[in-house]
Amino acid sequence: MRAAIAAAEVDPDLDVAVVSKVYPMRSHTVAAEGGMAGVVKDNDSFENHIYDTISGSDWLADQDAVEEFVKEAPGELIQLEHWGCPWSREPDGRISVRPFGGMQIERTWYAADKTGFHVLHSLFQTSLKYNNITRYDEWFAAELLVGDGRCQGVVAIEQRTGEVHGIVGGATIMCTGGGGQVFKFTTNASIKTGDGMALAYRAGVALKDMEFVQYHPTGLLGSGILITEATRGEGGVLLNKDGQRYLQDHDLGEPLDVTDPEHPQTRTMELGPRDRLSQAFIREEEAGNVLVGPQGSYVHLDIRHLGEEVIDTRLPFVRELARNYAGVDPVHEMIPVRPVVHYMMGGIDTGIDAATSLPGLYAAGECACVSINGANRLGSNSLTELLVFGLRAGHNAAGFALKHEISDKGALEAQVVTVKKRIASFMDKGHGGDERIAVLKNEMAETMEEGVGIFRQEGSMRRTCDRLGELRARFENVKLDDTVLRHNTELRAALELDFLLDVAQSVAFSAIARQESRGSHQRTDFPARNDERYLKHSLAYRTDGEPQIEYGDVTITRWPPADRVYGN
Amino acid sequence: MGSKVTFEVFRFDSETEESSYQDFEMEYEDEWVILDGLNYIKGFIDGSLSHRWSCRMGVCGSCGMIVNGYPTLTCSTFIRDYLPGPIRVEPLTNFKVERDLIVNLDDFLRKLQQISPWIVRDEERAIEHGEYLQTPAELATFKQFTLCINCMLCYSACPVVSHELNFIGPAVLTLGHRYNLDSRDQGADMRLDEMLSSDGIWSCTFVGECSQVCPKHVDPAGAIQQSKVSGVMAYFKSFVMSSGSRE
Ligand SMILES: Cc1cc2nc3c(=O)[nH]c(=O)nc-3n(C[C@H](O)[C@H](O)[C@H](O)COP(=O)(O)OP(=O)(O)OC[C@H]3O[C@@H](n4cnc5c(N)ncnc54)[C@H](O)[C@@H]3O)c2cc1C
Ligand code: SF4
Ligand code: FES
Repeated sequence: MRAAIAAAEVDPDLDVAVVSKVYPMRSHTVAAEGGMAGVVKDNDSFENHIYDTISGSDWLADQDAVEEFVKEAPGELIQLEHWGCPWSREPDGRISVRPFGGMQIERTWYAADKTGFHVLHSLFQTSLKYNNITRYDEWFAAELLVGDGRCQGVVAIEQRTGEVHGIVGGATIMCTGGGGQVFKFTTNASIKTGDGMALAYRAGVALKDMEFVQYHPTGLLGSGILITEATRGEGGVLLNKDGQRYLQDHDLGEPLDVTDPEHPQTRTMELGPRDRLSQAFIREEEAGNVLVGPQGSYVHLDIRHLGEEVIDTRLPFVRELARNYAGVDPVHEMIPVRPVVHYMMGGIDTGIDAATSLPGLYAAGECACVSINGANRLGSNSLTELLVFGLRAGHNAAGFALKHEISDKGALEAQVVTVKKRIASFMDKGHGGDERIAVLKNEMAETMEEGVGIFRQEGSMRRTCDRLGELRARFENVKLDDTVLRHNTELRAALELDFLLDVAQSVAFSAIARQESRGSHQRTDFPARNDERYLKHSLAYRTDGEPQIEYGDVTITRWPPADRVYGN
Repeated sequence: MGSKVTFEVFRFDSETEESSYQDFEMEYEDEWVILDGLNYIKGFIDGSLSHRWSCRMGVCGSCGMIVNGYPTLTCSTFIRDYLPGPIRVEPLTNFKVERDLIVNLDDFLRKLQQISPWIVRDEERAIEHGEYLQTPAELATFKQFTLCINCMLCYSACPVVSHELNFIGPAVLTLGHRYNLDSRDQGADMRLDEMLSSDGIWSCTFVGECSQVCPKHVDPAGAIQQSKVSGVMAYFKSFVMSSGSRE
């Protein structure tokens, strides 16, 4: 949405199409809770935010990109304020900020604990005032249109009718989100199937740093619904089965009592970075210190000491979710949580200008990898990233489109026909064998969790890579029950699974190739970081067989790699 | 897995325009919501069942349906609360059905755009000048009305929508009111033109069904009531001003 508005503002004569497989206000940004980082307060500085982001990334972020990101963030947050986002406020009417994990100063803007919801609706509603934005709601992009060596739009299925159309354009921007659905236990919605990543991958663009998958330490037991980090920013604590604040045993500093006015301390204990907190959970689990119930093992997140008033004004959604989905009222009870797959640091390889290696193709948001997140994203940097790089993508794509006419139309039309045929063959009653989509998807998610979870090692990763190959072969035997064109959600699920398998393979093969531990990628067989060999971005290229993994340089400017130290 | 339950699901084939109810029996788990049941049917019994969903946490607004006759967000309501069943699942009423449980939302999106749901300013503030100041009290006047997830349950419940197709309807009127109340906005006059039109707030008979079904406690009925008051004020203001100018 941010990219569309930016492009629309470049030139009112540009015709901007927003293609989304769901109505835009349903996009999963809607679920983001905690907030958005941007330096605004006098006690903060760009340097601080840059350093937090780079150390949080375990030095895998590109430092020039981080620097520009941090500097442009406040302007974008204010822009959103001008567009009506109902940010929480200080008594004097200024924006209020809260502390977040891995950040040394509180700089996370928030709208209670429904930040993403308000951001998305503000952007969507604002987009309605631009006459040169045309929406293609519930259109599913199935392939990129490539002609004359550049991207010239997408082939998309209008789900309402089932018809296949080419949507041509001088430039194309992917803002398709992450792919958390390659795992089973995830905070990501059913629509987060990595489509854009797979589309670009198939068009020859590399997927960068795909091995880095973020586990959020506090997913609600059972459903995996996110309990935001803002609970800990407001002072919530994590307790093991003995009621002990176990993070102190995992190199995250010394706890202060919850009644201490200094609690919670930034970059310490519960406000450490997500990778370290999730790893601490596994260590506790191994030591037998966690609780175990019918839905698996868990620890407690305790926010009772915040009191009903604070919970209701700052964390109302958390209360609603915990009551509704876990049957506990956090005002009186502790919330059962465990680490959950949350975010993909990796994605479509883009530069600082949001452009990819395929001319005319741009990417921004979770599907892209610039990279500012490196091996571990800091909470509340992602929503800001959508704006900063969405804006850049919009501007640059508009500039490109103004300079390039549609060409090679014959090739584009032929591609539309090919997609039509592929879909028709899928729908053909005689197609395939008897594999069910849901079964294959479950098996994929299980093997991903086994092989490329929080801790990884060669043997289990190898098994996962092999299993994915088998699943890829079995996919050819998928059988659809549904042969009706209109709103064929089963066809969509099949195409999504096809994309998911690509994403899953790029994750698993990138992970097995990186023989070190860094950020969210922790290998028990290579427990140390190895800057000499792996201070590099991985680049996965699609082939007919296994992905081919290459490496690219990380931009280091002023912050040489150092140890990541948390805990004051 | 344990006990069994039966779903009676509305099926509509858009090609033949035929509708029917189909029974699905399945084993369910205690923590399943209605949506989990539908996904189970789709995944393992009949892949041709069509319904919308995404977040599974009550915030994207996709999964509204009629469950046992009542407009419901299916990812936020549990099978265990409808036992012993059977549980009847139908598409939202007051909308044209496109297929099975999927309804057409074109009208809603048209109405939404019509109300200008964005901040209107005579002059835009430059980014360098920072944020607009807004006190927590000013925020509180409209905060509740920002919480709408566009789930359409209120349209389904509204007796006016059912016979006045052009009625702007609860959620959109609420959003219009939300912007009118926002201290940063200057577009109330323009919006009130729409809201006071024949398809606007005066059509509302204040039955209050919308607020009853709203899963996010947005209270559209309250918003409409409040904007009726400001509508009357605006009417008097324009009356005083125009009669004043005659003198
Ligand atoms: C529960 C949760 C809480 C979070 N909280 C925070 C937070 O507090 N702070 C923070 O900074 N980050 C947070 N994050 C991360 C952040 O919300 C996401 O990274 C971000 O919202 C992703 O936005 P996006 O625009 O890239 O993608 P999305 O919002 O997922 O949008 C993707 C869009 O692409 C469309 N699309 C995808 N595939 C296709 C296709 N094939 N054809 C057509 N359209 C397609 C979809 O329909 C959708 O409109 C959270 C994430 C989750 C899951
Ligand atoms: S007002 Fe409530 S019921 Fe109506 S669309 Fe919004 S959230 Fe749904
Ligand atoms: S699936 Fe998103 S509101 Fe129900």
